[in-house]
Amino acid sequence: MLDQPKTMEAPATFTGNRGLELEEPLLFDIGRDDATGVDIEEPAPFASCLGGLERAARVALPGLSEPETLRHYVRLSRKNYSIDGGIYPLGSCTMKHNPRLNEKIARLGGFADIHPLQPQSTVQGALEVMEQLTHWLLTLTNMEALALSPKAGAHGESCGLMAIKSAIAARGESATRKTVLVPQSAHGTNPASAALLGFELRAIPAGADGIVHAEAVEPLLCPDVAAIMLTNPNTCGLFERDIAKIAKMVRDAGGYFYCDGANFNAIAGVARPGDFGVDAMHINLHKTFSTPHGGGGPGAGPVVLSARLAPFAPAPLLIREDGGLRLKEDVEGTRGFGRITAFHGQMGMFTRSLAYMLAHGADGLAQASRDAVLSANYVRVKLRDMMTAPFGDRPCMHEVLFDDAWLAGSGVTTLDFAKAMIDEGFHPMTIYFPLVAHGAMLIEPTESESKASLDLFIATLRNLGERALHGDAAAFHAAPLHAPRRRLDETLAARKPVLRRTQGAA
Amino acid sequence: MRYHPLSNADRDEMRRAISVADIAELFADMPGGVVQDLDLPRGKSEIEVERHLAKLASKNLAASQAPFFVGAGAYRHHVPASVDHLIQRSEFLTSYTPYQPEISQGTLQYLFEFQTQVATLTGMEIANASMYDGSTGCAEAMLMAHRITKRRKALLSGGLHPQYAEVARTVARLAGDDIAALAPDVTAAEDLIAHIDDSLSCVIVQTPDFFGNLRDLRAVADACHHHGALLIAVFTEAVSLGLLTSPGAMGADIVVGEGQSIGNALNFGGPYVGLFATRHEFLRQMPGRLCGETVDAEGRRGYVLTLSTREQHIRRDKATSNICTNSGLCALAFSIHMTLLGGTGLSRLARVNHANAVALKDMLAQVEGVEVLNKSFFNEFTVRVKCDAAALVERLAARGVLAGVPVSRLLPGAGLDDLLLLASTELNTDDDRATLVAELKGAL
Repeated sequence: MLDQPKTMEAPATFTGNRGLELEEPLLFDIGRDDATGVDIEEPAPFASCLGGLERAARVALPGLSEPETLRHYVRLSRKNYSIDGGIYPLGSCTMKHNPRLNEKIARLGGFADIHPLQPQSTVQGALEVMEQLTHWLLTLTNMEALALSPKAGAHGESCGLMAIKSAIAARGESATRKTVLVPQSAHGTNPASAALLGFELRAIPAGADGIVHAEAVEPLLCPDVAAIMLTNPNTCGLFERDIAKIAKMVRDAGGYFYCDGANFNAIAGVARPGDFGVDAMHINLHKTFSTPHGGGGPGAGPVVLSARLAPFAPAPLLIREDGGLRLKEDVEGTRGFGRITAFHGQMGMFTRSLAYMLAHGADGLAQASRDAVLSANYVRVKLRDMMTAPFGDRPCMHEVLFDDAWLAGSGVTTLDFAKAMIDEGFHPMTIYFPLVAHGAMLIEPTESESKASLDLFIATLRNLGERALHGDAAAFHAAPLHAPRRRLDETLAARKPVLRRTQGAA
Repeated sequence: MRYHPLSNADRDEMRRAISVADIAELFADMPGGVVQDLDLPRGKSEIEVERHLAKLASKNLAASQAPFFVGAGAYRHHVPASVDHLIQRSEFLTSYTPYQPEISQGTLQYLFEFQTQVATLTGMEIANASMYDGSTGCAEAMLMAHRITKRRKALLSGGLHPQYAEVARTVARLAGDDIAALAPDVTAAEDLIAHIDDSLSCVIVQTPDFFGNLRDLRAVADACHHHGALLIAVFTEAVSLGLLTSPGAMGADIVVGEGQSIGNALNFGGPYVGLFATRHEFLRQMPGRLCGETVDAEGRRGYVLTLSTREQHIRRDKATSNICTNSGLCALAFSIHMTLLGGTGLSRLARVNHANAVALKDMLAQVEGVEVLNKSFFNEFTVRVKCDAAALVERLAARGVLAGVPVSRLLPGAGLDDLLLLASTELNTDDDRATLVAELKGAL
């Protein structure tokens, strides 16, 4: 048994590496001008047709051989946390397991190696994937039509609001209906999407219990209201129980109901947004239907539309005819509002999410939602005596929201607490969102965690909480100590932006 | 269900812990109650799912199974095997946006490297961490120009990819902005400069353009700047940047394009990766994520997402864009492939592409009933055929040849039914070209 004092610091190493923890220089510090990891033969001399526009100087980018490339990126990868490596409890992000079967399916030559503009007669299988995905999403939501092409959730918001704006224009009310109602707890994308389209925003005050009440919406429903944007379950992890009533009021007042579908994982297979009176909702395939987040995209955000908005769906439109399926690539002859991206949307995400849906089935999807909600409530109940909930002690949906009231006087902030979690081997929860909770900590465990994993997570948070409340603030301020980097100076990054490697820089 | 770790015993225990007799109690607020009997099948085994989807995949004619000349905004290139292996590393594939930089340095460093590669390739000062794709990036560039110039009218070249133009038109119309678009310009004969005046925020020009023509942007850039407008240069074939004078060197203010060609498969149109670069002076009006260099508490170099005060999660309705994500994994694939190539390899790859296109042009020039229209091109050009090009493409597809994109598919009703776009890359062989020519001769 070695008798070492616990506080002994490991001596600095010659390389700066520590065992498996390896420093990795920038590509530009290890690459060479003439190095390449791809063998390409120079073409035989020929008469070029470049109209005098040939580049004068070489592209000043270094290359690496294949083994060096592997090493560079493998070493970089090891500086990342991942779902495969541990629980990733980011509220509002639904970091669930990404089945590898889906990766395999998406890479089949018949899906990955087909061109969006090859003749439609040669891609009927791909169109069938779209048709089946459409059937699943419309059935799960009880909606009328699907716009497949949005590239991400925020793009879906734009799409839905564009349909709403077009429907209003078709009624001849463009000049008067210019306001969108958004609660304070909304994702930042909601007001940003509305503003982009020239809508004016009116905030809906949050109820003391964290949900939007019909009585709070009613006085805001002036004749200028184009739409309301609500997330359900909302960003506090609570179900908006007035939702059907609010939807009816908005509809009666001549407006449309946009639902942010970011939190669909709480209810997929259990409840249908169409039953709440939703007119448009984007579905984050990268959340609810498990396509990988990939370090920040690509996402996919198809939008389901109600019968009122279906005629305004953008191109492309998928149509079944006698001869098979056809993608109508323009909106000629329809009331569709146009096109929001080249081609047909995130096909690579359609195949993955369809594989996910087929694997789960209706029963499995409902089970996933039930498990996600059960797990969030389990975390809630096991932490509620220590941490504080901004809206009282009540059941949540798939994510549980705490604030920082319980840390008052400890000298430990939400940020410090999150950074201390990193040292314990956990990715922190979402912090400082939603804005309606002070020092928010939003935990979404998802259905992908075992009970043992949840128990260790809970025990760790309790241990950290006790340390925070017993005067260990200095240790929290210093955290993280064991990550590839200590806290990074974000102020410096913003004040003197260095966004690329400049030539000759050390 | 194989993806769900909780056993029924776990569920019972957890239910008891939270004092809920029936899990349905947690869903008691749902209007209409908990749904039953959805018209959807029950779960399937891995074998069954694979069988089902492999059958659908087999109904498609994969590019590898046919002589393939389809382009028009998406290009089939060789992707080295190590690219796809690396992007499937769990730590890249299953991580989130790097909001906790201490445990996301892998993602952040590759984004920093990506930004450097994109800025260098385009000849610009800075680039962002990517957009959804080229077409949405193009519309964002237009909105950015509106913010910078405080004008709200864009001019679109007739050589801009028709779907890019359609996206820009849709956004402009619904945002209440103006747009002027020149007619489809098959031979790059339009006089853009004659249309530039003080009312414009920007002029959007593509090179190589939709019809494959290469455009010298220098005079257009001067005219834009004379009138206080920005020049937005668009490309849809990133490999061309290895051989052609960069848009930055020709005076572009914003360069935006599709990066799919490098590192990413065709994927029937997505996911792709938008490249977006500009000048330093426009930094704070730029949309999308940015990664920046900084130091940690011990003074070690590290990276963070930065300048988020432009972004929706901070600025909400005052944000530069509603964009909340980038195309991270596709940007990684781009960056790895670019690293494997290096500048030297990219230029060589570009020369092979051009050589193959020239070889095809020379062969088609000998075919009766086919006229090549381009004076200049990179790896794609337009031909006029003596029949309906769409019908011709269908006939050849039935014979196992994917002969290109009929212009009428993207510009229906424009009177361009006899035009066909043909793309060539390093993957096209002599046999492919010979087969295409033989089939064309038979069909015309």
